[in-house]
Amino acid sequence: MKKLRVAILGSGNIGTDLLIKIQRSEFLECVLFIGRNLSSPGMAKAIAMGVKVSDESINAIVKNPDAVDLIFDATSAKDAKIHWEVLDKLGKIVVDMTPAKLGVFCIPAVNLDEVLEHRNVNMITCGGQASIPIAYVIGKTQKNVEYIEVVSSIASRSAGPATRLNLDEYIDTTENGIKHFSKVPRTKAILNLNPADPCIDMQTTIFAQVENPDMDSLLYEVDIMVKKIQEYVPGYSLLVPPIFENGRIVIMVKAQGLGDYLPKYAGNLDIINCAAIAVAEQYSKNFNNIK
Amino acid sequence: MIKQILISDPTLRDGNHACAHQLSLEQIAIYAAAADKAGVPIVEVGHGNGLGASSLQVGLCKETDKDMLETARKHLSKSKLGIHVIPGFATIKRDLIRAIDIGVDVIRIASHCTEADITQRHLGYVRERGKEAYGVLMMSHMASATVLVEEAQKMELYGAEGIIIMDSAGAYLPSDVQEKVTALVNGLKVPVGFHAHNNLGMAVANSITAIESGAKILDGTARGFGAGAGNTQLEVLVAVLEKMGYVTGIDLYKMLDASDIAEDKIMKNVPIIKSESIISGLSGVFSGFAKHVTRISSEYKVDPRDVYRELGKRKIVGGQEDMIIEVVMDLIRNRK
Repeated sequence: MKKLRVAILGSGNIGTDLLIKIQRSEFLECVLFIGRNLSSPGMAKAIAMGVKVSDESINAIVKNPDAVDLIFDATSAKDAKIHWEVLDKLGKIVVDMTPAKLGVFCIPAVNLDEVLEHRNVNMITCGGQASIPIAYVIGKTQKNVEYIEVVSSIASRSAGPATRLNLDEYIDTTENGIKHFSKVPRTKAILNLNPADPCIDMQTTIFAQVENPDMDSLLYEVDIMVKKIQEYVPGYSLLVPPIFENGRIVIMVKAQGLGDYLPKYAGNLDIINCAAIAVAEQYSKNFNNIK
Repeated sequence: MIKQILISDPTLRDGNHACAHQLSLEQIAIYAAAADKAGVPIVEVGHGNGLGASSLQVGLCKETDKDMLETARKHLSKSKLGIHVIPGFATIKRDLIRAIDIGVDVIRIASHCTEADITQRHLGYVRERGKEAYGVLMMSHMASATVLVEEAQKMELYGAEGIIIMDSAGAYLPSDVQEKVTALVNGLKVPVGFHAHNNLGMAVANSITAIESGAKILDGTARGFGAGAGNTQLEVLVAVLEKMGYVTGIDLYKMLDASDIAEDKIMKNVPIIKSESIISGLSGVFSGFAKHVTRISSEYKVDPRDVYRELGKRKIVGGQEDMIIEVVMDLIRNRK
């Protein structure tokens, strides 16, 4: 088997945490860690780990395109658009961690095989990675779902300046993701920041309005889905199994981080990174004909 | 010297918490007209958690934001129309653009008291549209005076023309109000406001303390119609302010009429301080949780007082209504 050669574009928290996760992967090898500033903490970490680094941003790939198969873009929505124009022409696969919404939406537990037909994969949002698989199960098991709503609460300290400035985009993208996967036309996403010390774990509640809920098949399918997610997000768990309360289905899940580069309470960042690794590994398995 | 106080009246917004967000357009029309006649400067309208907050999480609203705002707009001539906006619930594209197009005059952008930076874009947008923008720090009992000043200064920087701190849990004693409002007045260039809840029976006293500490803006509602134990009772506040020589521009007799109309036409129950509300206030729990705690506690047969205690211990903030279910489930599990 040949490991898929990946590069990480963006040396911030997300990029650096991805780097550490890749070191554990049987299917991926990080051949290049790219930023703009060699003295950033992420760069220092990569250098200490013996990973090849570059401060030349996208040019690092343009200079030597054959050295890499897949790029994680962990920069910003604005930069990801510019990068994709270049990487598309080079025929590269891009796993997009930004809210640029250029590629196909992916929730690994739901449509991992579908992404292999595309070269740009969008990881939606952290809250989306936690809630959409459950929303998908609701759409699959229930007839006449009128409305789905998801509420995520995250630790204040896990929400950086970009998250805070882009709350509206987070809501918009998460709502679109729920619609896309559950096939329910009316959706709503809500995000709360909680400053409690010690920090809270990321918690997400999924509500649905369903005329005659089939709780048995929901309980059964949610359980299967949670196990499937746990295969790539070890810290994901079911906090409150499906109940029918006050005319609404309620399901609560929790995502605890692995504590790689980011602290354990940053389960919101961990879950989207774990999902991105699962996508990249799927390409690798596909190239190696591993089922 | 004229001692002018700006009054904002969220009877038709906070009051929606008290009736599970079931205020009808007719009720909105009736009270808006009465408040307008009394000369109430700002009439705030909407779902209890403000714009875009109708949800299974907090409660579905009987009426849409659009219908509520259009109705209120039609019945306000002198009074300004206000809204409460929490980023994380409302977005600019989905909600705020339309509200301003309908003709809202005053927009209060709110966040939990330590999270002011999520209000930056929304405050900026309001200023860009040339509307009056205020910053609101909710659940302000959960942060120290120093932190509140820092957060308020961020909002001021983003363009807020005044900062209102909310005692969303009804947890303050007058000494707390004095400490925090004084710090804010000293630390800000823009005026400071105070929004009370009455869990410990302190709403009017705390509001007066706020004024005496330098605040210039107060919130109050007819009969105190609002979340949990209710807000500062506006007709009492107006009377007390008048007696103390403050000017609000509100006609006391007509305000008394408006509150009678409100009691008759929009309230199934006039807010009182229930036993549960006292524990809620002591525990520092968001007042908007009251109806949910009562319902879920009785559904699963747990003591609502234990639920409030636990919610307070976990430092749950406004918007986290789903945690009530989790706390109740935990209480049941621990009982076994």
